[in-house]
Amino acid sequence: MPIIDDNGFRAEAERAYLTPEDALASEASELAVLLPNDASAEALAPAFGRIALIAVEFPSFADGRGFSLGRRLRALGFKGALRAKGPLISDQYAFARGCGFDEVEIDDAMAARQPEAHWLKAAQNNQALYKRGRAA
Amino acid sequence: MYRYDEFDHDFVRARVATFRDQVARRVTGALTEEEFRPLRLQNGLYLQLHAYMLRIAVPYGTLSSRQMRQFALIADTWDKGYGHFTTRQNIQFNWPKLKDVPDILDALADVEMHAIQTSGNCIRNVTSDQFAGAASDEIEDPRPTCELVRQWSTNHPEFAFLPRKFKIAVTGSPNDRAAVKAHDIGLRMVRDDAGAPGYEVIVGGGLGRTPMIGKVVREFLPKDQLLRYLEAILRVYNLHGRRDNKYKARIKILVHETGLEELRAMIEAEFEAMDAPTFAPSAEEIARIEAYFAPPAFETVEGADAALEAAKAADPRFAAWVDTNVVDHREPGYAIATISLKAIGEAPGDATSEQMRVMADLAERYSFDELRVTHEQNIVLPHLRKDQLHEVYQALDAAGLGTANIGLISDMIACPGLDYCALATARSIPVAQDIARHFADPVVARDIGEMKIKISGCINACGHHHVGHIGILGLDKGGIENYQITLGGDATETAAIGERMGPGFPAEEVVPAIERIVETYKAERLNREETFLQTYRRIGAEPFKEALYPSEARHAA
Ligand code: SF4
Repeated sequence: MPIIDDNGFRAEAERAYLTPEDALASEASELAVLLPNDASAEALAPAFGRIALIAVEFPSFADGRGFSLGRRLRALGFKGALRAKGPLISDQYAFARGCGFDEVEIDDAMAARQPEAHWLKAAQNNQALYKRGRAA
Repeated sequence: MYRYDEFDHDFVRARVATFRDQVARRVTGALTEEEFRPLRLQNGLYLQLHAYMLRIAVPYGTLSSRQMRQFALIADTWDKGYGHFTTRQNIQFNWPKLKDVPDILDALADVEMHAIQTSGNCIRNVTSDQFAGAASDEIEDPRPTCELVRQWSTNHPEFAFLPRKFKIAVTGSPNDRAAVKAHDIGLRMVRDDAGAPGYEVIVGGGLGRTPMIGKVVREFLPKDQLLRYLEAILRVYNLHGRRDNKYKARIKILVHETGLEELRAMIEAEFEAMDAPTFAPSAEEIARIEAYFAPPAFETVEGADAALEAAKAADPRFAAWVDTNVVDHREPGYAIATISLKAIGEAPGDATSEQMRVMADLAERYSFDELRVTHEQNIVLPHLRKDQLHEVYQALDAAGLGTANIGLISDMIACPGLDYCALATARSIPVAQDIARHFADPVVARDIGEMKIKISGCINACGHHHVGHIGILGLDKGGIENYQITLGGDATETAAIGERMGPGFPAEEVVPAIERIVETYKAERLNREETFLQTYRRIGAEPFKEALYPSEARHAA
């Protein structure tokens, strides 16, 4: 399971994510939650303080709901790690970063097809967003 | 006119490099065809019936002569010597080869142009009034707003993978020439009671399979809140628009299924939750954009009107052209001319490279270097001195661009149809050509007066047939082309969807059917001032149905 951030790939063992419901019910901290892309960001907000990582699911690279959900989570004050999980392509890396995500999780098959160099190039493409006149 | 600087220059160059890289990754298999497709589309490249088609963005339809000349160069170097101006105020080239596309994009980047977001499920090129900054009825110039929206929507990280395409149009005049009610979002520049500038926001208009007139979602939005409100609408749409069926994925369906009230509440809640200062462009940025749209240095021309009248008296063909193709400018001594790309018998919206160069030269010499593309597929010279109109006309006429038919029956919109489009069920260009030839006599056309015929080659409605005074929709009935006729459509501030008259007609019966509609109108109109649309609204569909399908035949059937 490669995790991709601005520094490239890093390996991570398969994680046991909690559902949003379990996270809300849990009293533990440092939780990792898997959030479907049609879930409510507001509903999860009360548990933000106990969540270290939210992985937003992207069922397909063409389904852009996760980008809005990422922005919403950040707007509601989520300060932990935000991950886009699913078959994203490297061309979407800058969009994910622009929507408040810190990292992307892809599967091994995708990582074989789209190797680290592609993602690093995408991470360095500072023209991928048109930032003029738009704050942050 | 907006002037692109280093920033934009670097941006489009980088984008071309990215596209080259994407093509290379497609070739190695790093990108699958499915993954490459939206990237290709977001760079304006469609796969059509016979070849690729490249759609180039002309932001809000505004062009310089240098840019127009570059189109001519592209047409000559990589295409078949012509280009096609579209209802999106863009230009399309129908015959580029895939391997040439990065070179074409480089040639465009030389003049700060690109094909970004002219296709795909993203926010498309923003469109506007072709007379912006020149129209005598304008409340406020819509172009600074368009430019702001262009910048905001370009590569917007959140909205590049929407449920479906998204179109925004802006008008600054009460007379809507931008068809804002037929867009996903329409913006009308208005003032509140205290005189403060803002927008009326219209949402959920659109044509296609399920035509809908947009509804007002916010009666008055203060001007500085625009991007924040657009962001709220787009976020609600991105999260809630349907993704299970591409024919139900436009925002008009969300408006329809959710209900305007509920959707408004969702948008307002999103809007309230957003941090206002984040979205308000800085005052310096607004000032920078507005400065680019400052009026050109108009001159005070002594005797301009007298010179125009004298030229009209001396040249009746010129007088006829002025009558149809020229409208008032807000500046005394100036006029706005529309160059018809609807010469009788030609494909609507097509221009040869030679014609592009003529138009570019004229713009440079006489119109402060500006041209506009209209959604009705014509070209505008926005700022002409009245005493120079005759010279301009003569040069146009010599290049086959002097057709005097703006707003008349032969000034049709027609989509590419079966001649180019992979989705088409019938031809549309030949139908337009037949109608134009039939009504070619200028005396006949003038007698009919204002008439907008719009033709689509399938239910996707790119030819805007739903909002044509006469709409023609080409279908396929058991392998034979069949044309359905609607009447009473309107794309302006009094927008309406046309009403279907009855069973369709085979291709050869379309012209006779149009003839019967026209004859019915001429017999029923109160006087020559009453337009076809006014007559239709007054007397209703019945007399036209009777003319199209005589009741005897209807009962016998
Ligand atoms: S209306 Fe149909 S035939 Fe015409 S351009 Fe659109 S998709 Fe093609």
